[in-house]
Amino acid sequence: MSAELLLVQALNGLQFGVLLFLVAAGLTLVFGVMDFINLAHGVQYMLGAYFGATLAAATGSFWLGLLLALPAALAAGLALELLVFRHLYGRDHLAQVLATFGVILFLNEGVKLAWGAAPLQMPVPPLLEGGVALMPGLQYPVYRLAILAAGLATALLLWVLVDRTRAGMLVRAGATHPDIVAALGVDIRRLFLLVFAFGAMLAGFAGAMAAPVLSVEPGMGDAPLILAFVVIVIGGIGSIRGAFVASLLVGLMDTLGRAALPDLLRLFLAPSPARQAGAAIASMLVYILMAAVLAVRPAGLFPARAG
Amino acid sequence: MTAPLLRIEGLSKRFGGLAVTDAVSLEVRAGEIHALIGPNGAGKTTLINQVSGALAPDAGRILFAGRDITRLSMPRRVRAGLARTFQVTCILPGFSVLENVALAAQARDGSSFRFLRPSAGEDRLNRAALEALAAVGLAHRAAAPAGALAHGEKRQLELAIALATRPRLLLLDEPLAGAGPEETERLIALLGRLRADYGVLLVEHDMRAVFALADRISVLVYGRVIATGAPPEIRANPEVRAAYLGEDEA
Amino acid sequence: MRERAVPLLLFAALAAAPFLGFGEGYALTLLARAMILGMAAVGLALLVGGAGLVSLGHAATLGVGAYAVVALDANGIVEGALVLPVAIGAAALFALATGAVSLRTSGVHFIMITLAFGQMAFFTASSLAAYGGDDGYTLYARTELGGTRLLEDRLVFHYACLGLLALVFLFCRAALAARFGRVLRAARENPLRVRAVGFDPYPYRLLACVIAGAIGGLSGVLLANATEFVAPSYLSWQRSGELLFMVILGGLGSLHGAILGALAYVLLEEWLSHLTEHWRMVFGPLLVLSVLFFRGGLAGLLAPRRR
Ligand SMILES: Nc1ncnc2c1ncn2[C@@H]1O[C@H](COP(=O)(O)OP(=O)(O)OP(=O)(O)O)[C@@H](O)[C@H]1O
Ligand SMILES: [Mg+2]
Repeated sequence: MSAELLLVQALNGLQFGVLLFLVAAGLTLVFGVMDFINLAHGVQYMLGAYFGATLAAATGSFWLGLLLALPAALAAGLALELLVFRHLYGRDHLAQVLATFGVILFLNEGVKLAWGAAPLQMPVPPLLEGGVALMPGLQYPVYRLAILAAGLATALLLWVLVDRTRAGMLVRAGATHPDIVAALGVDIRRLFLLVFAFGAMLAGFAGAMAAPVLSVEPGMGDAPLILAFVVIVIGGIGSIRGAFVASLLVGLMDTLGRAALPDLLRLFLAPSPARQAGAAIASMLVYILMAAVLAVRPAGLFPARAG
Repeated sequence: MTAPLLRIEGLSKRFGGLAVTDAVSLEVRAGEIHALIGPNGAGKTTLINQVSGALAPDAGRILFAGRDITRLSMPRRVRAGLARTFQVTCILPGFSVLENVALAAQARDGSSFRFLRPSAGEDRLNRAALEALAAVGLAHRAAAPAGALAHGEKRQLELAIALATRPRLLLLDEPLAGAGPEETERLIALLGRLRADYGVLLVEHDMRAVFALADRISVLVYGRVIATGAPPEIRANPEVRAAYLGEDEA
Repeated sequence: MRERAVPLLLFAALAAAPFLGFGEGYALTLLARAMILGMAAVGLALLVGGAGLVSLGHAATLGVGAYAVVALDANGIVEGALVLPVAIGAAALFALATGAVSLRTSGVHFIMITLAFGQMAFFTASSLAAYGGDDGYTLYARTELGGTRLLEDRLVFHYACLGLLALVFLFCRAALAARFGRVLRAARENPLRVRAVGFDPYPYRLLACVIAGAIGGLSGVLLANATEFVAPSYLSWQRSGELLFMVILGGLGSLHGAILGALAYVLLEEWLSHLTEHWRMVFGPLLVLSVLFFRGGLAGLLAPRRR
């Protein structure tokens, strides 16, 4: 593989990584603060994409669509929290897994009913159309760079929020010492709702941003959800910093692996088995990474919870 | 003079900046009750945790019957003959009292990778469990769910579980805490009888029991052993009176 | 004596079903499917209900079993005496490897890691171009027994599934009551207590994973035979979620609950999908409601009130 292609794939990997981070950030906070395992977090991502695509088509403007998708995703998150999730906080993880699984079944099918099974398209805005020359003769889509930039900016914003504000301090304290925070008389329910809605919005934002480069279809949130789990396990539950590092790691590893492994294996194998084995191993790479991290550090790279 | 059953050498443990176990050295001989006393937060439970393998020390060695067990896991230490009870009751609330103890007997009775025979019907395990229950005076409650026991009874159950692992050394973390006056009398008598067969490291706040039972006493203050000796020596030791007993008798 | 009466009645009903109007081809196919999934659910119940290990990747073991059938079939090997041990062994090995890593963690980590490993197996299956990749693989023939095509007969297949289900059920029930199960159950209630009497829970839990995996492999073989077709969807995480739902629907307290749950699940799915194409929109909320309000499960309804 050429150096140019490697660069392109690395950028793709980073872009995938920041999208993953936006999904994983909400998930890890919800975990850390509420000890709540929410499989339905992936549908927030899907809903974000649907809201973005629909609202952009309705208003005729990508930007308006993206902007309106945020409160829509937030509202969807709030509705789910009030209707279902808040009845699950005290329950065991098994109950949470199953109930949120039920929510996925419902929403994946509901989306199909509302929008049809065919994928939706969301056009790239004129401002971000076309490519830039990274190197002479090497074009890279502007829009993908914009996703990367927006993702990094959001990560920075998130870090400031969590690290520098009072609400963020409570969230951090909630993730490390939930009982103490509750004992101090902080309204944990309100804090939960806040964290929850915020996480839903982040995932929705990621979905809406990804809509122009992916096909918007039912079930599109499932794969990012599971990768976000991998990210959280690698990064350490409740840790934003861990989620960031692990997201980029997973994004890069997955993308580069898929691009490079079949080529690498061709050094040892015939083209056809190399392609097959390469694809198979590439799809396992991030899980192997996860297993390796766990073998060395069972609590992840940046464990948040003390003791 | 035989080698001591348990020998702790220079054991140290820090939590953050706090030295909770500070170069502690200590011995327990077979047939001896060695009491470990000290004010709340002195580090008694932390010491027991390190000896039992629940917590890894930062420095120092633990020798059991002459063998270095510092790096052994808790289950291995138990199988080597080192049993403990917990200050905060640790039982299987959903199991019957008998099954709580039978599980311990099972750990001492060959392989547990057996899949077909119902364990509840294994007479040998049940007999061993009943024997341990009888020893602590809890045989009449064998069929009750462990979660339904009164607090004092749970303490007795803990002791029965420890005995059923057929230990050589018992680490008892406040076995009398929460027991009523009658139960206390019975437990003191029981502990006195245990001395014949086991070495005991006894952590206890009840000074009457300690002075009645202990062959030797070590006093732990802020993670350090400030004195070790026979009960009369400890009673007379001015440093101990100042640091510890003084509060009691003032 | 209802503890024994309910499973006895259940097996009697399944044995009599072909003569009670379920002899029609389709109904019998449906029952076979329910029994096969019930078998996998019994194995999962050993893990979840017995050992307290919530695996969200159990479908992968079915998939490994089914793909072992495929791999042998592609090489012209259809003899059951070979297919069964290979498939079961492969699934057990998969469970051993993934369990060895997953068990280093606990609780919510365990859920996420089993999910991730399940997904790894799913993507691997999808990348097996030689076996049809995403499109799946159609078997040339059902597995043979001693060179005969006995399993082609619906009735024989029905009773083969029933017999194996009974065997699996009896073994798991015995194992849970035996010494092995006692250690597992105790470690679920209080691992510290178990360690403090001299057991390291790890090897027991690992073996429980392997047993459940082997049972999953067996169900995979049967499922492949029932449909004569294998696809990556066998390993999807939705399937794992469904299996978990069967276990809960039946009730965690008993193993026959898992069979009841599988029966109820398959029949409900069948019935709802006849009513509407969007049956998942009904099914999802049903799942949520059953988690929130139906805690004892089906077996709980049939059992005498206790505790
Ligand atoms: N896991 C831990 N992390 C940090 N500090 C700890 C931990 N466990 C114990 N400590 C601290 O170590 C000190 C000793 O605690 P320990 O429980 O050993 O005391 P103790 O002598 O058993 O007290 P008591 O008589 O109340 O049972 C206390 O200050 C306690 O707060
Ligand atoms: Mg203590």
